[in-house]
Amino acid sequence: MNHIAPGRNAGVYSYDDIDRRFVAERVEQFRAQVERRLSGELTEDEFKPLRLMNGLYLQLHAYMLRIAVPYGVLTAQQLRKLAEIGRKYDKGYGHFTTRQNLQFNWIKLEDTPAILHELAEVDMHALQTSGNCVRNVTTDQFVGAARDEVVDGRVYAEILRQWTTLHPEFTFLPRKFKIAIMGSDADRAAIRVHDVGVFAKRNERGEVGFTFYVGGGLGRSPFIGKLVRDWVPEEDFVAYLEAILRVYNQYGRRDNIYKARIKILVHELGQEKFTQEVEEEFARLRGPKYRLAPEVVDEIRRRFGGPAYETLTDEPESFQAAKAANPDFARWVAVNVLAHKVPGYAAATISLKPAGGIPGDATSEQMELIADLADAHSFGELRVSHAQNLVLAHVRQDELFTLWTALEANGLGTPNAGLIGDIIACPGLDYCALANARSIPLAQAISARFADPARQQTIGELGIKISGCINACGHHHVGAIGILGVDKKGEEFYQITVGGDPTLTTAIGDILGPAVTADETVDAIEAIVEVYLSNRHDGERFIDTLKRVGHGPFKERVYAAH
Amino acid sequence: MPLIKDGRIVEDDWVAVADGEPVPADRPAIVTFERWQAERASFDGRNAALGVRVKSGTLAPAIAPDLDRFALVAIEFPKFRDGRGFSTARELRERFGYQGEIRAVGHVIPDQYRFLLRTGFTSAEAPENTNPESWAHALTEITVAFQPSLDDPQPLSLLRRRLGS
Repeated sequence: MNHIAPGRNAGVYSYDDIDRRFVAERVEQFRAQVERRLSGELTEDEFKPLRLMNGLYLQLHAYMLRIAVPYGVLTAQQLRKLAEIGRKYDKGYGHFTTRQNLQFNWIKLEDTPAILHELAEVDMHALQTSGNCVRNVTTDQFVGAARDEVVDGRVYAEILRQWTTLHPEFTFLPRKFKIAIMGSDADRAAIRVHDVGVFAKRNERGEVGFTFYVGGGLGRSPFIGKLVRDWVPEEDFVAYLEAILRVYNQYGRRDNIYKARIKILVHELGQEKFTQEVEEEFARLRGPKYRLAPEVVDEIRRRFGGPAYETLTDEPESFQAAKAANPDFARWVAVNVLAHKVPGYAAATISLKPAGGIPGDATSEQMELIADLADAHSFGELRVSHAQNLVLAHVRQDELFTLWTALEANGLGTPNAGLIGDIIACPGLDYCALANARSIPLAQAISARFADPARQQTIGELGIKISGCINACGHHHVGAIGILGVDKKGEEFYQITVGGDPTLTTAIGDILGPAVTADETVDAIEAIVEVYLSNRHDGERFIDTLKRVGHGPFKERVYAAH
Repeated sequence: MPLIKDGRIVEDDWVAVADGEPVPADRPAIVTFERWQAERASFDGRNAALGVRVKSGTLAPAIAPDLDRFALVAIEFPKFRDGRGFSTARELRERFGYQGEIRAVGHVIPDQYRFLLRTGFTSAEAPENTNPESWAHALTEITVAFQPSLDDPQPLSLLRRRLGS
C-alpha cells in the first residue's frame, strides 16, 4: 500500500509502520469476513456485529459507512481523501456527526473493502464507530489550542484510542460505550452525558489527574453522569477505566437492549454501590501491569508534534482595521472565533449550518476548499466539532480576514457558532430506520426563519437540538430548546423541551407542553424567542432567563392559539 | 463438537456429562456448576480429573472457592455477543491465579479466537460444521496489540507493540 507522506501538521498523531500495519491487517480481516459472509460461513447474525465494528451500518435506504476521526482531529490531506471518497462512492457529499466522525449515507456493501483500503492510505479507518464496543473518544474541538486549557486532552484521548482498539475483554459489551474527555475548566464536550466523562486537570504540584463521571447518557432514559472519583492519578488512568469497564461488562444488563447502557447499571445499583464495585476492582487491578508510565505519555505527546508558532502579539493593527472597516467580518470574529493560548493566533469555527442548509453536511468541493484553507492558514490541521462544524484551530489573527473572505465567497462564512442557527440534528426519517419523524427539514426551516445574522447575534447563545426519535442522537435533552420527533397515528409531530444544558451545569430539558406539527414548531420557537427577548435582563442567556421566569410565560405564548 | 486448541482441531479427552447422567469415574468429566454445588460430596475421593461448566451469568468469584477441585472450567457463551465470559476467564487467571484449562463452550466464532486466548482461555468448542482454516487464520490476521493480556504478560510499558504469534 502506498502511503501519502504526512504534510506539515500542527497536532495530528503521526502513525508509524506498526500503526499502519495494524490498520492494513484490519482491512484484510474485514475483507475476509465479507467473503465468509458471502459464502455463508458466517450467518447474518454473526456478521452484523463484525461489520458494525468496521463502521458499516444498514440504514433505511442504503448502507452507511461511518469513518473514525479520532477525537475529531484530522489533516488537510485526510479531508481531501474524504472528499474524494464522497465523490467516488457516495453522492458527492458527507455528513459530520455529533461524535466528531464523518459518515457517508449512500454506500454499497461491495465497495466497502476498497473504501477502507483507500482510507488506510491516509492513516484512516472506520474502526469501532459502531457496535457494542468502546466508540471513538470525543473531546473539545479546541483541544491543544484553547486559552482556557489546563491539560492537552489529545494525548489522553489518543491513549484511550489505542487502549480501546480491539480490547480483548471489552469488544462484546452489553451495549455501545462512549467516552469523552475535556482538559479545560469549561465543558465543550458534553462530559456528563457520556457513559464515561473525564475531566483532565492538574493539582497544586502540577501533576495530571482525572475526575471521572460515569453513567450519563441521553436516549429514552436520560441521566446525568455521577461523580465516581474526583482524582485518579495519571499513572492509574488506564487501570481505572479497566475497572469501570469490567464492572460494566460483568454486571450490565443483557436481557433488554433498552436497559443495557451503563447508565441503567449505575442507576439500579446506585452511585455509592457502583462506586464501591469500581473501587474494589481498581484496588485489585492497580499495579505495574496497568500502570501508565510517564515515558509512555511523553512518547505519545511527542508523536503529536506541534505547530511552529511565530512570536506574535494579540490584536495586530491590520486585524483591527479589517474589523473596523467590515462589520460582517467583525460579526464573524465576534461569534465564530475563539481566543488561542498563543498570542496572535485564534481558533476559527467554519459553520456547516448555513440558513436553510442541512446541519453537518459538506460537499466534496467544500471539503477540498476547507482543506486548502487549513493548509494555508492552520498548519494543515483541522477539527470536527460535536456541534457538527469544522474548526481551524491555529489561525494567525492577521490572516483571519483573508480566511473569512475565502469562506464567505463560498458560502461557508455563516456567523452563527453557538447561536440559534447552529442547530444539531440527527439524520432523522430521511435516512434512519429508527426515526419517527424527519429532523433535517425542520432544522432547515428553523435556520431559514432565523437567517438574519444580526438577529441571531442579538438573541445570543441558544442551542437548538433536534432528534427524530427517542434514541436522542440529536441530543435534544440537552438543547436549550430541544425538539423530539414523535409519531402520532402516522403523522409527524414534535415535542418541545426547554432548559437543557450540555455544559458544566448539565441539565435535562423539561417538556413545555403537547407536541405540535412541524409548521407549528417553527412558530413556537419564534414565540419562545420573543418571550425571552422581552423578559431578559442585561447579559442573561436564554437559559438564565428561563430559570428566573419559569416555564409559565413561554408555555402561555406557545400554546395561546390552541 | 470439534475442539480447537493452538489453532487446530484436537482430540477431546473430556466427556461432558448432562445433569442426571452418571459421571464416569475413570475419565476426565465436565459437570455443570449447579450439579457440583448440589452433589459436591459425591466427588470426594474421585481420582479422574473433574471439570465444571458455568453459565455466562456465573462470575469468577462464585467459582473461586472451589477452583482447586477443577482441572478445567468451561465458560458458556449463550450467544457469541454475550461477552461476560471474557471477564470471567481473565479474573480466574489474574485475580484467582487459576492454572487449569479454561474452555469456551456454546456459541463462539473464529473472529473471537484471539480475544479468547488473550483473556486466558486455552481451548474453544466450535460448531459441528466449523471451518478449521478460519480458526487457524484467526491467529495470523492481526499482529499488533495495544493492551497487556494473558498470552503476553508484559506490563503496559508501551501501548503499542507486536503480538507473538
